[in-house]
Amino acid sequence: MIRLFERWAVDPALVLAVLVLSLFGIAVIYSAGVVYVPNAVTQHAWLRQGVWFLFALAAFSVLARVPLRWIEWVAIPAYVLSVVLLGVTLVIGTGAGTAEGVKSWINLGFIGFQPSEIAKIATVLVLARLLSQRSEGLSSLREILGPAVLVAIPLALVMLQPDLGTAMAFVGILFAMLYWAGTPVALLALVASPVLGLILSFDTKIWSWYIVAVVAFLYFYRYRLFLFESVTVVLANFAAGTISRPLWNSLATYQQNRILVYLNPEVDPRGAGYQIIQSKVAIGSGGLLGKGYTLGTQKRFDFLPEQHTDFIFSVVGEELGFLGTALAILAFAFVLSRLVTMAKDSPDPFAGLVLFGIFGAWLVHIFVNIGMTIGLVPITGIPLPFVSYGGTFLLMSWVAVGIAVRVAHER
Amino acid sequence: MKVFHPEAMRVRAQGAVIGVVALMGLLGAAFFRVQVLGSTTWSLRAESNRLRQLPLPAPRGTIYDRNGAILADNVPGYAITLLPAPQDSIRATLARLGQYMELPPQRVDRLMAELRRYGRELVVDADADFAVVSALEERRAEFPGVYIEMRPRRRYVGGAATSHVLGYVGEITAEELERASFADARYEQRVMVGKTGIEREYESHLQGERGFRYVEVDAKGRIVGDFGGVTSDPAVPGHDLRLNLDLELQQYIDRIFPDSMAGAVVALDPADGGVLALYSAPSFDANAFVGGVDASLWEYLNTDPLRPLYDRPVLGLYAPASTFKLATAAIALDLGVVGPEDHMPVACTGGWFWGGRLWRCHKPEGHGSLDLAGAIALSCDVYFYQLGLRIGLDRMLRRATDIGFSRECGVDLPQESQGIFPADRQFWNRRFGYSPQEGEVLSLAIGQGPNDQTPLKMAQFYTALARDGSAPAPAIAQGIELGEGWSLHLEPEHLAALREGLRKVTQPGGTAHYAGTLEHWEVLGKTGTGQNAQSVAGLAADHAWFAAIVGPFGGAPEVVVVVLVEHGESGSRVAAPIATKAADFYLRKKHGIEQDTIQTLGEWVQTRGWPDWYRQRYAGGG
Repeated sequence: MIRLFERWAVDPALVLAVLVLSLFGIAVIYSAGVVYVPNAVTQHAWLRQGVWFLFALAAFSVLARVPLRWIEWVAIPAYVLSVVLLGVTLVIGTGAGTAEGVKSWINLGFIGFQPSEIAKIATVLVLARLLSQRSEGLSSLREILGPAVLVAIPLALVMLQPDLGTAMAFVGILFAMLYWAGTPVALLALVASPVLGLILSFDTKIWSWYIVAVVAFLYFYRYRLFLFESVTVVLANFAAGTISRPLWNSLATYQQNRILVYLNPEVDPRGAGYQIIQSKVAIGSGGLLGKGYTLGTQKRFDFLPEQHTDFIFSVVGEELGFLGTALAILAFAFVLSRLVTMAKDSPDPFAGLVLFGIFGAWLVHIFVNIGMTIGLVPITGIPLPFVSYGGTFLLMSWVAVGIAVRVAHER
Repeated sequence: MKVFHPEAMRVRAQGAVIGVVALMGLLGAAFFRVQVLGSTTWSLRAESNRLRQLPLPAPRGTIYDRNGAILADNVPGYAITLLPAPQDSIRATLARLGQYMELPPQRVDRLMAELRRYGRELVVDADADFAVVSALEERRAEFPGVYIEMRPRRRYVGGAATSHVLGYVGEITAEELERASFADARYEQRVMVGKTGIEREYESHLQGERGFRYVEVDAKGRIVGDFGGVTSDPAVPGHDLRLNLDLELQQYIDRIFPDSMAGAVVALDPADGGVLALYSAPSFDANAFVGGVDASLWEYLNTDPLRPLYDRPVLGLYAPASTFKLATAAIALDLGVVGPEDHMPVACTGGWFWGGRLWRCHKPEGHGSLDLAGAIALSCDVYFYQLGLRIGLDRMLRRATDIGFSRECGVDLPQESQGIFPADRQFWNRRFGYSPQEGEVLSLAIGQGPNDQTPLKMAQFYTALARDGSAPAPAIAQGIELGEGWSLHLEPEHLAALREGLRKVTQPGGTAHYAGTLEHWEVLGKTGTGQNAQSVAGLAADHAWFAAIVGPFGGAPEVVVVVLVEHGESGSRVAAPIATKAADFYLRKKHGIEQDTIQTLGEWVQTRGWPDWYRQRYAGGG
């Protein structure tokens, strides 16, 4: 029996962990539907999630067995197709659930799916092909440009939907894969520096000191060798500082509110701050051991927003307490570190890069989703892998697991 | 070293694992802080998060009459309210509600329009039947947005009989909330307050303090159940109020007052000036005003030419006519210009030439020569013209004003008309633009001219005559101290002379013999026929007055009744029977004598023939 599982799973440790997380997710989705005034959607969500879980297992079983070369071969067509689909989504896409104003779904009548989910995996594959052909690490901005553009195309299309959460997942993919491809952390930090500059530019004094720090860092680190690039980084930081105000004004009011509320949820407890306050109340009142499975009062009264999708971790916190949240976080930490270990152990650069792409996407999903439920990160509509309700997301997560075990165990 | 050399990968993997541990550790620490260290704070917040306060309206104080009978109390009422929701869902809920209550399409359309316009909760039925309420309560789960509010509903037991004096309650308006009299913390939106009458006068006494009920609600504000942890904060009922009114008397007056006619009836207790009855005809049913008056009823009440909303006994101003002759007589006696036995130099021949014109008496054949009591009994105008001249215009103006004919009575009601009587000669200049001649006193002496009084004011004056010449301000509520009353400064023998005149009014040959004679009680009365703008123009009849002081034979008077019937034409025929029958009803009740539908001598003669008690009283007269 155990051997059978090992043979099926290919990588028993990883698959067992995500299997447990998926079942845990279905149980929490069931609990999220137990409210005083039930509604048809949330009440039966766990059943639909269960059915999708079976599809996901089937998809995993197939993908864990396809030849690695097929996966390599399919990368470019899949990337092109997903970019086209993302473009199509902007025209005919529909919203779903509470995010009705967003165009992220393509409705095929019998089934709806998010092309951005396919795009994530396709981007990982195509980027892995590109980066695996190098034997030296990337050491300059010019070398990073190619991979960055590959990621920027789907990322920009996703931002236009707009779907900030998925866009952040693409950033995670890019940085994680560049890292595995040997890019120095200092260079990655320099790439990210304009974003930090953008945020800090709201206070002129802090921003001035920040620019001084960036220039000083460049001077000591590598300006002699790469004068042109250093100037580019500084100019990018200046540009970010300059456009920050117009950029802020161009944001929709709800986006501005989310950022303001992140800084202080109590500014608008009934409006934009509502979700984060209600979520913190639920999690905090769970205490050490929680109120018991299905017994969460905040959840039952429907105070929790999106409690079967984006805020599912609030239900975990309220009903299972710190014990439950800590175990769940540990499980996710295990999944992530397992991906790292698999990458380290795989001799094929392509395999390691694919594993790190998946690692980057999941890290962003897990950290942002869990972090936002207690106000550590601004609220972004981003689901928690394996746990949040959402059929195609669960399916694609398992597809990723399938590819991960396939590439890792190719001998 | 190559990038994908195992050693290079091991170093990078180590870095990545450190990153994972750092980020996941950060999450774990954040959860530890919120869930373990901050647990108490957040648990408290979770508790209050799902609690909502719902106001519990306080029942108003009950209003009792002098015998302890309820005039106004509260009955349980229910309002069915719909919490705001998307239009489709409201429409669907209304359709489902339509299975249990009457909701015509027009009403649904109006509610939908209201929702679109204001977007706040909808009161589907402000006063729902209990059957509907219990049907909805049973199916509560089917109606998540429906909220049934318990509201005490004001009930006026006397209905139309007491509507004017008690007034009615209604929801406080935005304008009223601004006023100083509603500055109290108890006054918030949707509170029911007294709008008129006693309800308004004693508003802050009758108003209670609203309480709160704590309920558990979900995020959409739907009530899930009562909250066990916090007991509700009960409403404090308003204070009760006991009035001097007699409900049965009030209802009796309502019954006997001629339908189709307008007028006022006031009954005072001469012992303390308490108001026994204060009735205005035509009336309306104040119960129809509770919880919002129907638009068509409101339209009708405001356009009816008889003006049913007009409170005649305290607001209506009428020429007091002959009922004022007692005031003229009292002033003359007090000034010493006439003695009780004195006759006037000119006997009545149906009129009197003075100042170049003929001043008519109401009886064209004339009354002959009369003493004061006879002049009162027959209401001889010629006598009072001469008496007026003896007093003189200036003294007449000053004394009548001193007595209080241009003041208010000081009754405990929010509104009262002030009597109109000239304080000095300037009055004519100001109002009519000419200087008055001495002859004005002739009109004033018989209760005409620029002299308008409310029925309540005249009742107060007759109460002074029934007592020792002074009368306190009429009091509707018991146990209150109202302002200064009214004093005529009369010597006892002068008072006796006036009463003798009033007594003769109802004796054989007096102006109100038939209507003013009762089996058990002695009636002192005075008729009056008041000219008014319409009657002078010949378009309508004069106003009919009757003032009666009634009590047991040989005892102190126990009730004073003043009746005014607009365009009643004759005081003795129309107004007097109402006054004496009301007094008879009240005194029979008070002394435990069986009620009878045949009360006045006039009624006896028409139905049962001359009664024995009459023969005995007047020994063969008739």
